[in-house]
Amino acid sequence: MRSAAGERKEILADIRFALAPGEVTALVGPSGSGKTTLLKIIAGLDHDFEGEVTIPAERLGFVFQEPRLLPWRTVEENVRIAAPQASNSDLEPLFNALGLGQHRRHFPGELSLGLARRAAVARAFAVRPDLLLLDEPFVSLDETLARQLQEELIALVERSCVTSLLVTHDILEAARLVERVIVLDGRPARMVADLAIEKPRAQRSATFVSSIADRIRSTRLTTS
Amino acid sequence: MIWRIASLAGFLLAWQLGSSLAGAAILPSPAAVLMALLEEARSGALALNLLATLARVAAAFTVAILFGSAIGYAMGRSATFDRVADPWLILLLNLPALVIILLAYVWFGLTEAAAVGAVAINKLPNTIATLREGARALDPALDEMGQAFTFDPLTRARHIVVPQLAPYLAAATRTGLSLVWKIVLVVELIGRPNGVGFAIGTAFQLFDVARILAYGLCFVAVMLAIETCLVQPLERHASRWRTRKA
Repeated sequence: MRSAAGERKEILADIRFALAPGEVTALVGPSGSGKTTLLKIIAGLDHDFEGEVTIPAERLGFVFQEPRLLPWRTVEENVRIAAPQASNSDLEPLFNALGLGQHRRHFPGELSLGLARRAAVARAFAVRPDLLLLDEPFVSLDETLARQLQEELIALVERSCVTSLLVTHDILEAARLVERVIVLDGRPARMVADLAIEKPRAQRSATFVSSIADRIRSTRLTTS
Repeated sequence: MIWRIASLAGFLLAWQLGSSLAGAAILPSPAAVLMALLEEARSGALALNLLATLARVAAAFTVAILFGSAIGYAMGRSATFDRVADPWLILLLNLPALVIILLAYVWFGLTEAAAVGAVAINKLPNTIATLREGARALDPALDEMGQAFTFDPLTRARHIVVPQLAPYLAAATRTGLSLVWKIVLVVELIGRPNGVGFAIGTAFQLFDVARILAYGLCFVAVMLAIETCLVQPLERHASRWRTRKA
């Protein structure tokens, strides 16, 4: 990767993993550890790397950290432009599940960040992705809003059984939501752990979640 | 609105006053200009010349905007192309309009194509420079979004690129229309047998100041109508997402 100043910098090294179909995996690590870069490499948006990415799936759903909606198109148009094949009966339940039913005709500038994020999530699901990439989709939302969106998102993921990769720096969030956690750390970032969380999401108590979080924390090389 | 009407009335009054001070031969009164205008309208010359000029404006403007946008976009997106083409652009920006017009007539004859081409080339560098700024300001984040969702080139152009370039296109259109019609008149004055420029040239040879003013004002009115009936509504449509606020 080349920085703005033009120096070459190694961000990621020795990363190797495979995702099982339908599995929800979190990619955890401190900020600046190259999680977003890894996501972009997987999505084919960043070509400046050595290695191999094989995606048997074709359609990709991407929820960026900022919603990245087209400001000059309405919420519904934003979704339809990305998913031209989606029918009204596909979109109706999706908009309703995300609480966007009232906002289909609104422009992104008229939405709060929470609603704009939901619109971005709706867009990613509308393409019926084979692989869903989520880049910190709950960051800078308040606790209640984040929880609400997490629940809606997980419900959608479970219903569509889509293979998902969630990038987050929030360890508790990962412990609560996913089935597998890959921890990145160091400079350049390497995989320091790959944990499976077998207990079904619905049965995870607060103590269980915090014990998992402690396990994830203990794998870190550096504490920052 | 009241101030606008008052201002316009003041202008007519000053005109009338100037006319009586300077003499009707040098500055004809508003009424004399109106008579000249009606006379031209009755003979059919006004419509013929206006249409000829408008057709040239439309043709030159379209050519300049199409080519200018394409070249400007390419220069804004590719640093190499920008470096190669920039000296040409500076040359073209600073070449006097008259030189381009005369050279076009010398090289290609007193033809319609030479006239329209010369006007288009005069407008071209300005469009290129404006659209280059627009292309440089394109948001890479939205570009990436389009790539991630595998937008085809047409979708990308229509929904990602053109809306971002709209303000720059509007600016190029604005300055373009006023620039183009002024240069079209010069082109017509020098080497065309019809059009507003030609009519004004003939009137000048006869020292018919009333006719010069009649054509001049008439043309301003036409351009004003295009601005309010075409350019402004289009701009409002393109920026509708900006104006509404929750």
